[in-house]
Amino acid sequence: MNTLFDKIWDAHVVQKLEDGPQQLYIDRLYCHEVTSPQAFEGLRNRGIRCLRPEKIFCMPDHNTPTRNQDKPIEEPVSKKQVDTLAANAAEFGLTHFGMMDPRNGIIHVVGPERGLSLPGMTIVCGDSHTSTHGAVGAVAFGIGTSEVEMVMASQCILQQKPKSMRISIEGKLGKGVTAKDIALYLMKQMTTSGATGYFVEYAGETVRNLSMEGRLTLCNLSIEMGARGGFIAPDEVTFAYLKGREYAPKGAEWDKAVAYWKTLKSDDNAVFDKEIKVKAEDIPPMVTYGTNPGMGMAVDGRIPADATPKALQYMGFQAGEQLLGKPVDYVFLGACTNGRVEDFRAFASVVKGRRKAANIIAWLVPGSWEVLRQVKEEGLDKVLEAAGFEIRQPGCSACLAMNEDKIPAGKYSVSTSNRNFEGRQGPGARTILASPLTAAAAAVTGVITDPRELL
Amino acid sequence: MKQKFNIIESNCVPLPLENVDTDQIIPARFLKATTREESFFGENLFRDWRYRPDGTPNPDFVLNDPRYEGARVLVAGKNFGSGSSREHAAWAIAGYGFLAVISSFFADIHKNNELNNFVLPVVVSEGFLERLFASIAADPAARVRIDVPAQTVTNLSTGESESFEINAYKKYCLMNALDDIDYLLEQKDKIEAYEQKALC
Repeated sequence: MNTLFDKIWDAHVVQKLEDGPQQLYIDRLYCHEVTSPQAFEGLRNRGIRCLRPEKIFCMPDHNTPTRNQDKPIEEPVSKKQVDTLAANAAEFGLTHFGMMDPRNGIIHVVGPERGLSLPGMTIVCGDSHTSTHGAVGAVAFGIGTSEVEMVMASQCILQQKPKSMRISIEGKLGKGVTAKDIALYLMKQMTTSGATGYFVEYAGETVRNLSMEGRLTLCNLSIEMGARGGFIAPDEVTFAYLKGREYAPKGAEWDKAVAYWKTLKSDDNAVFDKEIKVKAEDIPPMVTYGTNPGMGMAVDGRIPADATPKALQYMGFQAGEQLLGKPVDYVFLGACTNGRVEDFRAFASVVKGRRKAANIIAWLVPGSWEVLRQVKEEGLDKVLEAAGFEIRQPGCSACLAMNEDKIPAGKYSVSTSNRNFEGRQGPGARTILASPLTAAAAAVTGVITDPRELL
Repeated sequence: MKQKFNIIESNCVPLPLENVDTDQIIPARFLKATTREESFFGENLFRDWRYRPDGTPNPDFVLNDPRYEGARVLVAGKNFGSGSSREHAAWAIAGYGFLAVISSFFADIHKNNELNNFVLPVVVSEGFLERLFASIAADPAARVRIDVPAQTVTNLSTGESESFEINAYKKYCLMNALDDIDYLLEQKDKIEAYEQKALC
């Protein structure tokens, strides 16, 4: 009668505090340079070490430049933060994938890709998009820096157990509709707080038919509906993806692990606190028009009449108008949301045989060095270059503009990232969230375009 | 900042906007510090609403309105603190001098971050919030009283009072200036026992 969420969570409870939170054991802690320095500082102030250093993996991603990573970072404050992570990892005996290490990249791309994130695990990181790792069938969620310090000190975290929600999606996705569109559609239906307090299990035929990359995109965006995390029960797609990866179990250990992972599913009669059902054929290619990810609409739709005036004023849009045909200045392909090889394949499929529009500045940023290697192995780099695009080096880049990749004030950016908040991609930047297909359509036409017209 | 909570009585800063995200509370470019300098984060709280691009204060933003000076309580619209997990947002709120935030709804991660930084998130009903905004609009010096031991919040202009939820453990931590790590460090035997069991 249990949900998969209950099974994984309950198996990790060390103790329940009376009328208080639960003490949850954590299998994997990821640290990036932005939300970890004060946690290490806290350990030093308390005079303690990490309890289980072998369960903690560190890598810089937010500040890393997307060019000339072989040279020192020019911006001194970014450099200090990246250097501080390397020094802290060394001091506390933690594994560190530094800049230019072939295993480096965005932490949420690297974790699954290295086989560090596995089914049945509890996974945390000082980053709200930690929900991404739920795609392998793990309970993964973002935490604050005090909580990072908590896990370093005790390999545990004190948390209230969230409620459970199942979102079932049935049917076949239409032409030009991707996992990103599913997520943007769900956010529009649920608003940015509709799933607050819940952990979401994504289920149904449509979800089963997603590739691992698509599942990672869908789970990545759980937080944008307010959910603490989202996950998908592991299946053959999961096992095929993980097999042979660097940190995944090998040989007899692999067989034993898969036998266990196959038990990781919600019971047939499991009761969820909330159930949502969605039909795949109702989901169009989506774009956002406003300043939170819940302000979305069909790419060929019109801005709702009741849209928040403050958001429209920031974006320079009017209620009731269409976005199709609106000029765009920047296109960003990348981020933990859409920086994987499948996203580059999708982008390349649209731009193949076409040219980048003259008015567009495009930043194509792979999520990791491994993604870049795959892109080259498949010859996608040649397709993109022939169409006038340049591929950069991996990192979070223009998703939150902590490095130099900032969209200038007032400019429009069609972005495959996860947030269109005011100033997210640079002070005054205007972000339109979309899938890699829709981003590619804008990149070659110079305006917001329905990707179905180019497929 | 670790401090013992009991009764907070203060005037309020009103921010009647919904879905205030942590990118607005503290923009990403201020996340590059490697230490917890709460005063630095406090100075940049709501940076892009509070200052014009040239760095001068924006007189239209509530934190620059002298009528609300000295307030230790922020009153915000629903779904406060959505988005990024950045604890810097809680440090900025604490660094500015707020002891409590009153809203009808908080985003999960941010709510925990406030509690871990000795800022009390007080969840009230939509009606209470609406009437509190009205009281502040009518009288910018309107005060609230937050009684942590009794778990009540009172709009002192109208006398309306509501109870709010906080679990017994966190209440104990706040009232005694203890944090979760102090507690967890005492649980090593239980952690090792769990690890042994999980191996089997």
